[in-house]
Amino acid sequence: MLQFVARRMLEALVVVFLALTVVFALQFLAGDPVKLFLPTDTTQKEIEEFRERLGFNDPWLVQYVRFIRGALRGDFGNSLRQQEPALPLVLQRFPATLSLSGVAMLLALGVAIPVGVISAARRNSWFDHLGIGATVLGQAIPGFWLGLMLIYVFSVWMRVLPTGGRGTWLHFIMPSVTLAAFVAARFARLTRSMMLDVLGQDYIRTARAKGLAPPRVLYKHALKNASLPVVTLLALQLGQLLGGAVITETIFAWPGVGRFLVQALLNRDFPVVLVGVFLTAVLFSALNLAADVAYAWLNPRIRYE
Amino acid sequence: MSDATATMARAAIEPRRARRRLPLNRSGAFGLIVVALVAGAAALAPAITPYGPADSDLIKTLQAPSREHWMGTDQLGRDLFTRILYGARVSLAIGLVTVGVSGVIGLVVGLVSGYLGGPTDIVLMRLVDVQLSFPFILLALVVNAILGIGLQNIILTLIITGWVVYARLVRGEVLALKTLDYVEAARALGAQQMRIVLRHLLPNLWTPVIILSSLQVAQFIVAEAAISFLGFGVQPPMASWGNMLNEGKTYIYNAWWMTTFPGVALVLTALGVNLVGDWLRDTLDPRLGP
Repeated sequence: MLQFVARRMLEALVVVFLALTVVFALQFLAGDPVKLFLPTDTTQKEIEEFRERLGFNDPWLVQYVRFIRGALRGDFGNSLRQQEPALPLVLQRFPATLSLSGVAMLLALGVAIPVGVISAARRNSWFDHLGIGATVLGQAIPGFWLGLMLIYVFSVWMRVLPTGGRGTWLHFIMPSVTLAAFVAARFARLTRSMMLDVLGQDYIRTARAKGLAPPRVLYKHALKNASLPVVTLLALQLGQLLGGAVITETIFAWPGVGRFLVQALLNRDFPVVLVGVFLTAVLFSALNLAADVAYAWLNPRIRYE
Repeated sequence: MSDATATMARAAIEPRRARRRLPLNRSGAFGLIVVALVAGAAALAPAITPYGPADSDLIKTLQAPSREHWMGTDQLGRDLFTRILYGARVSLAIGLVTVGVSGVIGLVVGLVSGYLGGPTDIVLMRLVDVQLSFPFILLALVVNAILGIGLQNIILTLIITGWVVYARLVRGEVLALKTLDYVEAARALGAQQMRIVLRHLLPNLWTPVIILSSLQVAQFIVAEAAISFLGFGVQPPMASWGNMLNEGKTYIYNAWWMTTFPGVALVLTALGVNLVGDWLRDTLDPRLGP
């Protein structure tokens, strides 16, 4: 097990290093990187000065080594807008994003697992059909539209919730519901199909035959065995929430990394964009690693492949 | 061969053929109908509506749905229903083109990677891993912002960010197929590499690739809408459901129709495509559960 974890960690480190390279390469995707960093009305002379100052005239290998060395020290350059180091500016916004993602995840699990379990236990009942319909719909509704509809209903029409910002627990409701909807749909579907699998097993029949109370069979015997893929999906979906946060935070003016990134893109503040993208990749890789390790821990067969 | 044995032989073949015809369930049929309706609306847009997608009428701005304007008008007095029909063209074109191109790229990379193995495989799969270490929507957004706004660039963006899932899927399938006896037999008989890849591996890859594609179409359509919604991607006056929602967001206090109808169109389309995808998966590959 230890060997497996060590190997996966090494692989994750390689991926993170390569992600850094991708972030470096992103600057050159549209040709001249200097154009990304400067407003469109900059004069030719200013462009040249800027190019020289940031070292874009050097051979790309020199630039690459300088970029990597800077990154290892946590130096990604200054935000062009705030004139401060970009890394702390992005880091400051992480707690807001993580708290929103955390609440959304709890909400998603809190709704999805009972729905999945009950749907499976009462297969083909009206509850099951309703649940399936809701999950199919939940997966088809894009977060940004759900967010707009919630704002319309609860802020414009009923005037009970704030349209955006952060402060009280009321501010959490709409963004976390928006973020949770898609994830909850996936969890409910997965829980239901895993439960159906498990409920057909012999040991469930044995448990029932022994006369155990149905809820005990359902939760103690079945859910426990059905939870393995759900645990794996958990880490992967947390990563997806980080992606979804970009849109949700923008709609609800939530002061997290996602909104900050979109603003930086609109302001063409590329040092900030590069840091944000890189940190998200690091977090995402860490979550993937956690998913792999959790899976291997719960299912020993996987370790030896 | 006597008549009797011929009949028996045919009888033995018959059920397999019958099974290959795709039995349609209720949700699959619903999905197909929705997709057909959206495709029809996109194709026949100029015949369905008397207005043009960019025709503005500054006297009739922000009008609620009426007999004249079924879904109301936007802040420039453009007919919303018309723009939704033309938006369907953008969505479907983006969905199909990006899935087609990224699918072919991913298929080739996956085949090469899985079949050759060795250093080629390691390099290509690291590339895939790295790209998958970024959340899809975030990477697409940033790539699009760097490439620049516009229809062509959003298509390019989705191709750049979308091929990896195919590459990973195809490689996995090829690794499994490669070890099967019939491929081994073909190799033992001295079949050329190209022949093995094209005649023995490729035909077995269509099913997983088609299933993935049906789900990717929906994902790409929604991704385009999301990116256009954030102000990148397709720009007005060209109609895209995403940029219509972005405009609608500004007028959410006075024009509910501007945020409602483009979203309904988007959800219905994504739902339809997803249901078709589920149906394809259930019928073509019963091994994969929901």
